Amino acid sequence: MKNDLTLRSAIDLLKKGEITSADLVEKYLGSIDRDNKKLNAFLTVNEKALEKAKAINNRPNDEKPLLGVPIAIKDIFLTKGLRTTASSKLLDDYIPQYSATVVRLLEDAGAIILGKTNLDAWCHGSSTETSDYGPTRNPWNLDHVPGGSSGGSAAAVAGDLAICAMGTETAGSVRGPAAWCGIVGLKPTYGRVSRYGVIAMGSSLDSPGPLTKNVEDSALLLNVIAGNDPYDATTSALKSDDYTKFLKKGVKGLKIGLAEDYLLPQMDEEVKNLVKNTAKVFEKLGAKVEIAKTLDPRLAIPVYTVVQRSEVSSNLARFDGIRYGNGREYFSEEAKRRIMLGTFSLSTGYQDKYYKKAQKVRTLFIENFALVFKKFDLLIGPTMPGPAPKIGVTEGQAMFGEMADVLTEPTSISGLPGISVPCGFVGGLPVGLNIFGPQFSEGLIIQTASAYEQATQWHEKVPEMIETL
Amino acid sequence: MVPTVGMETHVELRTNSKMFCGCPADHFGKKPNTQTCPVCLGLPGALPVPNKKAIEWTIMIALSLNCKINKESKFDRKHYFYPDLPKGYQISQYDEPISVDGYLDTTFGRVGIERIHIEEDTGKLQHKKINGLRPGEPSGSESENVSLVDFNRSGVPLVEIVTKPDIHSGSQAKEFEQKLQQVLRYIAVSDCDMEKGSMRLEANISWGFDWGYKVEVKNLNSFKFVDKAINYELERQKKVLEEGDIPSQETRGWSETENKTTPQRYKETAADYRYFPEPDIPPMEFSEDFINSIKNRIPELPFTKLEKFINKFKIRSTYAEILVSQKETAMMAEKVLEESVKAGMNPDLVAGILVNQKIDLKKISPKTLLDMVKKKGSSLSVNEGSIKLWVNEALRQMPQAVVDFKNGKLNALSALVGLVMQLSKGKADPKLTKKLLEDMLK
Repeated sequence: MKNDLTLRSAIDLLKKGEITSADLVEKYLGSIDRDNKKLNAFLTVNEKALEKAKAINNRPNDEKPLLGVPIAIKDIFLTKGLRTTASSKLLDDYIPQYSATVVRLLEDAGAIILGKTNLDAWCHGSSTETSDYGPTRNPWNLDHVPGGSSGGSAAAVAGDLAICAMGTETAGSVRGPAAWCGIVGLKPTYGRVSRYGVIAMGSSLDSPGPLTKNVEDSALLLNVIAGNDPYDATTSALKSDDYTKFLKKGVKGLKIGLAEDYLLPQMDEEVKNLVKNTAKVFEKLGAKVEIAKTLDPRLAIPVYTVVQRSEVSSNLARFDGIRYGNGREYFSEEAKRRIMLGTFSLSTGYQDKYYKKAQKVRTLFIENFALVFKKFDLLIGPTMPGPAPKIGVTEGQAMFGEMADVLTEPTSISGLPGISVPCGFVGGLPVGLNIFGPQFSEGLIIQTASAYEQATQWHEKVPEMIETL
Repeated sequence: MVPTVGMETHVELRTNSKMFCGCPADHFGKKPNTQTCPVCLGLPGALPVPNKKAIEWTIMIALSLNCKINKESKFDRKHYFYPDLPKGYQISQYDEPISVDGYLDTTFGRVGIERIHIEEDTGKLQHKKINGLRPGEPSGSESENVSLVDFNRSGVPLVEIVTKPDIHSGSQAKEFEQKLQQVLRYIAVSDCDMEKGSMRLEANISWGFDWGYKVEVKNLNSFKFVDKAINYELERQKKVLEEGDIPSQETRGWSETENKTTPQRYKETAADYRYFPEPDIPPMEFSEDFINSIKNRIPELPFTKLEKFINKFKIRSTYAEILVSQKETAMMAEKVLEESVKAGMNPDLVAGILVNQKIDLKKISPKTLLDMVKKKGSSLSVNEGSIKLWVNEALRQMPQAVVDFKNGKLNALSALVGLVMQLSKGKADPKLTKKLLEDMLK
């Protein structure tokens, strides 16, 4: 079976009664059974998924928006009763006592958890290679990484092991793997989606977001997960929207800025050209595209690194060897490196030099974006500097992730939303376009991404691995 | 060389729920680990949501102690490893506490308040001997010592009140803490029960800053021990200084059995708590209106009551101190005193009866009490103050007798004495009455 099902089409087929939830779950359990050996996208399959699907078959009149749809969940979201590891052996047998708010909202909407997907351990990485359970592979070329840290979720969707998936982004962890796997990844505004029950990495940065086959599916999932959560004091009181109403609005009259500073000098010309081409598509659709001047995104690397490492060192302190069965020796290299760097940058005498200075530069980014967004409705640029590298090349490059995520870090440290949509291929590997905007501009972002998607065919391409099945 | 003491007082608030989650805050005597949730257990993914009431009460404490409220305040993470601290950090306040710069007066002088902030309490360790019957262990194994953690207390709102080093003796520290307890009980934010640990005291003691050391004394679980420990510690340090040494900077504990302070086994390396702003809780802003609304809810505080009892009702300060020490007593005593004024009775006399006979005002109405006082009058001693009141009344009622007396009619005095005897229902001492009248008419 080709990966012809989207979240939208699955919902429609279920509603019409042409397929059952059990059919869907069986199909994907079959795919996982067949292909997960190749991709290593799933760490845990939900043994109860089919049972739940069968129970749903008897509830035809239920109006829940995601009723009966199986969904893959990054293994950083706590799932009550279902093993949650953060891809670290430290939590190898950890069964959570409660579910993340996002998981609860999805389940309340009728979705069925298909399983838990691989990630860089504790989200520390941009390739899914730092997972204690082995790297996930890119469905477009199994020798390449899928990106990270939500690599398992991206590979599962691109490789048709799931209709859609949830990921989390601290900087690039949703958009990056979406770009490298040729799918759509949405990083909402910080505070738009609850972090409660998501094992924390960078608490001031973390933002859960969907990974889907198209923009419409992304809007459908955002509708379910967005909103204020009394369990997360950092969620906004601002009411969330029906994001599907933006899908058909078009971009006529919008002012879009092509972020020139995001076309880095060392970047692949082919990637630059693909992004420049998108400007032409937007102009054709009636938008006004101009070159936008911003702060150099590379300035965000040290800011992001210091803030995130500091928060990591604090957030991982609870894994002190007293609870959770396994001790601190179960932290792998990358986690230890981050804990040490973060501990150092928060220490007396160094805090002013590192953490506080980073926060000041962070404010400069926020102020600069505020200025830029007075002039432009949205900005566009490449999601990643190049296509997915081969597995293994990142070895020994402790800063690989920060370099790979350089183009998403400015928005992350500023708490801004963005979406990555497929915009072409380089060497047979997908390239993503990053559309980003001011706080709470998810509607506008979805509107713009949807217009682009409808005018192009990139999102319809599927990996050969699926074609040949 | 001046004895220099600063106090740190931790007070658990008696809010319904904990500081950052919905679990009950009342943990004393509860079965271990029955009042916990993902948040106060510090489980992965759990997030703190601050308790508004606890913040309001912290502001109320600060206002009651004449502090300035910081319009902007925030929480910080304080990092250290200890088994009773499940997140590896305590959510506290570092450089922007809720309030700073207040004071509380003692009879020895004003004690400045450096800062007041809110934080979360930790869990509690229990060191126990168990009998080798853990799951999977063969019965009859040797008993072993184990350390257990009870998280019922984890996350209970805890207010820290830090004084300036303005205290100069054990008795001043004792008085400060007693008055602080009174205030906190008046505004009903804490039980301040030292036995239950809802009020915990620590003293920082030295002979002045020039020596470059200070000794922290913990385990001061009664006011008496505060007094004793500070005096003991000052003496001990003085001896060291007189011998030409500098006392070592350390943490000591008060030993009740040995009546002295002893060094505690704390690591004395400079702690680096790596404070940084708690990213899970947005910074707080307090408007003038919000602060005023809290100010308006503060009842009359013990020092105001004391002043009123002494100045308005003219009762002696020893009685007043006792009557204001508890809010409920003070409120009821005030009613009785008001009634006694109306009934033409001497408030100081009534106050004396309340204090000396330990009258339970919950069981008796002011009227019944005053009637009893009147009836039992003869058996009660009447003091000079009461007689003065009757003397004044007699002088008011018999202006002609006053004129006569001043015109040399000495027997006019007998008429006045007679009236006082009548007013006092025979309780006034005639000799004293005569003397008082003569004094007044001179």
